[in-house]
Amino acid sequence: MDLSFIAQEIINGISLGALYALIAVGYTMVYGVIRLINFAHGDIMMVGCFIAYFLLLKLKLPWPLALILSAILTGFVGVLVDRIAYKPLRDRGAARIINLITAVGVSFFLESLFVVVLGGVPRAFPVPDIFNKEFCIGNVYISMATIATIIIGLICVSILFYIVYKTKIGMAMRAISVDFETTKLMGVNVDRIISFTFFLGSALAAISGFMWAIQFPSIDPYMGIIPGVKAFVAAVFGGIGSVIGAVVGGLIIGILEIFIVGFLPDLAQYRDALIFLILIFTLLVKPTGLFGEKLEEKV
Amino acid sequence: MAEKEILLNVENLHVYYGVIHAVKGVSFKVPKGSIITIIGANGAGKTSTLKAIMNLVKQKKGKVIYNGEDISKKGTHEIVARGLTLVPEGRHVFPNLTVLENLLLGAYLRNDKEIKKDLEFVYYLFPRLKERKHQKAGTLSGGEQQMLAIGRALMSRPDCIMMDEPSLGLAPIIVKQIFDIILKLREEGKTILLVEQNAFQALKISDYAYVMETGKIVLEGKAKDLLNDERVKEAYLG
Repeated sequence: MDLSFIAQEIINGISLGALYALIAVGYTMVYGVIRLINFAHGDIMMVGCFIAYFLLLKLKLPWPLALILSAILTGFVGVLVDRIAYKPLRDRGAARIINLITAVGVSFFLESLFVVVLGGVPRAFPVPDIFNKEFCIGNVYISMATIATIIIGLICVSILFYIVYKTKIGMAMRAISVDFETTKLMGVNVDRIISFTFFLGSALAAISGFMWAIQFPSIDPYMGIIPGVKAFVAAVFGGIGSVIGAVVGGLIIGILEIFIVGFLPDLAQYRDALIFLILIFTLLVKPTGLFGEKLEEKV
Repeated sequence: MAEKEILLNVENLHVYYGVIHAVKGVSFKVPKGSIITIIGANGAGKTSTLKAIMNLVKQKKGKVIYNGEDISKKGTHEIVARGLTLVPEGRHVFPNLTVLENLLLGAYLRNDKEIKKDLEFVYYLFPRLKERKHQKAGTLSGGEQQMLAIGRALMSRPDCIMMDEPSLGLAPIIVKQIFDIILKLREEGKTILLVEQNAFQALKISDYAYVMETGKIVLEGKAKDLLNDERVKEAYLG
């Protein structure tokens, strides 16, 4: 086992991990604000992928435009999902478990809807040529798709940080996460902030979907399930609600998965099972994850 | 009373939680520039009344008129925009936000240039908050949190401030400070609706008061008169 093999595995791991991280950030942000594990997040990502697919293939848009437009359109899909599925529950003060089950329902609904409308046969994502370039340092290969994922991921996370910690809307988002009622008393239109949160989270899902598709260019209505669930594991492992936790968790899960396949090829077929072991282990040993928020005491 | 303009007028307010009838037809008036108190035991429906006025809980029946406008169907943020605010029971500062962020969130609806000036006014009222402005609100003491909750409410530039049990769980010296501040706010032209279990202190600074029991107003009168009322003395002044 030589050094360049290890280096290659690390690059591959970061490449996959950056994707998980990006999906996990969307998960954790929606959770951070309204305490809802949006299990449909992976499916929203799938919706984003298909939107980008049609924008690239039918409208022949240049990829940066397709990426941004698919993010915006998917953002509105997220807002719509919230208005139809989650908001009525919120308004009635439904228990958390009901929200959770609804999220699973939304997930099934989106998958089935796309199967009915577009069919279940996988389609080839029209990967723009630029992403197929590969760079070679010694014996280590790194693709443009990987580099783009890391750069665009960093940009997205920076923008998110700016919004959450430097803007008035971000302040309201952080306030809602601890105290819904009192945030209303500040004059905040809570429904609007939550819509904005869903918009951001879903736009982020679309961007991660695009990045996913340029690395794994076969898309179908069920493509969001496994990445979604693994990103969920990453978010929990990193500490759900924490953006940094989601990034670190995503990278670790991605690297681990590649390492299992690369260094322990006999176990390769158990990779998904091993990732879920991490989830079980995290929940048993440290349910708040690596960077999880401490529950602050009420005075 | 009658000669003063009525700022807040609550008529026949009813609140239900499921089948529980928590507020059973409460009516009262808050004249501009006055301090009005509602006293009553735990569970009398005082907090529910305030929350219903802000539309944090649904009112089943009744009317809330603020500044001549029916606000009973308005969203909470729209009510705040009209100059009415509530300092909730138990402070409810945002523990994960800094003191400064808590105050700025109070000014959420404002975009004017005077936010800084109002911030200085709050710091003048509560110098402790200035010392701790970059500290997370969750690390403040109970008294400091109450100051922050009041300061935060002031940041929306309200005309009428409702305060739910501002003295609850505080040391006597802090309680005195809080009541001094309430008097100072009235001098600034604010109208105050106070809900208190600390009936003695509350009645001492109020103009007029209502006594609430099991969802109804059972007694009302000038605060001075209630302080000497035998029934009030026995039930609330100990």
